Amino acid sequence: MLDKKHRMIQQLTREFAVSEIEPCIDYAEEHGEFPDELWEKAARYGFMGCCIPVEYGGQGGDFLSSIVMMEQICRTAVGAASMFMANSLSGMPILKCGTEEQKQKYLRPVAEGKKRCAFALTEPGAGSDTGALTTTARQDGDHFLLNGRKTFITLGPTCDWAVVFANVLRDDGKKALTAFIVEADWPGFSRGKREQKLGLHASGTCDLIFEDVRVPKENVLGTVGGGWKVAGSGLSAGRINVSSQALGGAQGCLDEAIKYSGERVQFGKPIGKFQNTRFKIAEMDAKIEAGRQIIYSAAEMVDRGEDALLQASRAKYYMSEVANEVAYKCLQIHGGYGYMNGFAIERFYRDLRIMPVYEGTSEVQLMVISSAIMNK
Amino acid sequence: MKILVCVKQVPDTSGKVAVNADGTLNRASMPVITNPDDKNAVEAALKLKDKYGCKVIVVTMGPAAAESMLRELLAMGADEAYLLSDRVFGGSDTFATSQVIAAGLSHIGIDEDDIVFCGRQAIDGDTAQVGPQIAEKLDLPQITYAGKIDYADGKVTVQRMLEDGYMTIETKTPCLVTCVKELNEPRYMSIKGILDCFDKPMTVLTYEDLKDEPLIDATTIGLQGSPTNIAKSFTPPPKGAGTMIRGVDETAMVAELTARLNAKHIL
Repeated sequence: MLDKKHRMIQQLTREFAVSEIEPCIDYAEEHGEFPDELWEKAARYGFMGCCIPVEYGGQGGDFLSSIVMMEQICRTAVGAASMFMANSLSGMPILKCGTEEQKQKYLRPVAEGKKRCAFALTEPGAGSDTGALTTTARQDGDHFLLNGRKTFITLGPTCDWAVVFANVLRDDGKKALTAFIVEADWPGFSRGKREQKLGLHASGTCDLIFEDVRVPKENVLGTVGGGWKVAGSGLSAGRINVSSQALGGAQGCLDEAIKYSGERVQFGKPIGKFQNTRFKIAEMDAKIEAGRQIIYSAAEMVDRGEDALLQASRAKYYMSEVANEVAYKCLQIHGGYGYMNGFAIERFYRDLRIMPVYEGTSEVQLMVISSAIMNK
Repeated sequence: MKILVCVKQVPDTSGKVAVNADGTLNRASMPVITNPDDKNAVEAALKLKDKYGCKVIVVTMGPAAAESMLRELLAMGADEAYLLSDRVFGGSDTFATSQVIAAGLSHIGIDEDDIVFCGRQAIDGDTAQVGPQIAEKLDLPQITYAGKIDYADGKVTVQRMLEDGYMTIETKTPCLVTCVKELNEPRYMSIKGILDCFDKPMTVLTYEDLKDEPLIDATTIGLQGSPTNIAKSFTPPPKGAGTMIRGVDETAMVAELTARLNAKHIL
């Protein structure tokens, strides 16, 4: 599945992750963000816009390239994934549904790593159930007045702008779900406090609050009432992207367990010499590789322009669940040390717990899969 | 102005070194990398490219598999690559190798304002001979062990790193400079570089292509033509733990030490 270029991207990203990201992990875990210098360096090498076309400030790679890249990033630090969201949630909706002006103004700087864009759909009372969204946009001449609150927003604390979903209230009282590009320095835009989370301490999350934010109508992404289309445009890519985070994290756990089981001596030999450990590790390796193959195949479907919704859900469901099983078992191999702060496995264990939750829970993926293969 | 960088793909000797029964390196069993000093040489060239927009050409002698290394260097930012590859080049020592590379460089063409960069030495042979020999064969001024390189108006100023200090030398182009690791920190490939590297020109030059170069002497290339004969190569056995003679009476300790050294006929 991987050609020579993919292999080189894999090698480059691995080198970059080990030499540049790894030394920043402690700082990022403590401060809630990776340092700006790392963002700049990653941007210089083109990671931010890996699969965004060159004419919009990206590198012009295929989607599979960005998946291979994300896998290697997360193999070192799952919490670094949100730095590269331009390749998925932040960039895709603008790339797929934006006007030429919007792409130049709002996608290019994000793909170049100069600005940060968040994706704001989830609300306190609505996630995958988008019908329950309560953020509203009321037309006022050439503008829309945006009111509401978005929650759990990745990059929320530092984003320069966000793709925000709101219901436009029509005269007939009907709601029309619409996407807007909203700049963070516009009056009425504010951020909630940084959330304290179980994992992903290296990635900032907060609420975004909109109080009569005046959004010019040029900043409607897609059409009024076309919010579903915008949300759906990056859906498969987003889910495959999260699968690759889970994949990289799982591989990172396994790397740690293999290393530790070679060092830890009990009953006179390294625990990696005991069949119990060896079989556990072999079993996990097989599951990770199976997940990798589904994920790559789903990414290839995206690159061929096929509908990847089903395969993306399979990848997302399977890899998120396997990643948590792997994190659990690899922590077990570490014994008491695995429970202690400072061991990478403890961080992976916490970080990977989000995988079956965000970008559509495992249950949502099962809904997608079952309705695709069974009578409704 | 262009910069020609001579590079070598080497076994990664930071891991386990494997040796064949005949004493030669078992290259197949070891992962390959770009020789570290050569990467510093490429970085030095790319820095000049960043500043002056000159063309950077990477040149290697090696088997067909060395293409992967050249692609990586193109992905770092080099513009063109040459692979000097032929069965008759196989087994060349430094004398034979420098002859083929010098012929290759001459074939590509070295102009008045060009610079040739080499790494100081390769981690497999550690001879540091190929760079200087290329310079001699091409009759170029050479500066070895460059820890700092400045270029302006056709003049190259180099700080040579020596054991007990440094020496600053200035010369005119064309010239050859060998680079040490203190010179710079090589950049990574970039995503764009990788996506573009398979579209950049890569030329394979065989014996047929080079045989009419005046520098090529058919009797002094390849294993047969190499004046060096390797008697034996081996992995040095790891040193055992040392023995510490402890005590409070220094005279007695020294006596014990001399007795032990005497017993081994060292003293």
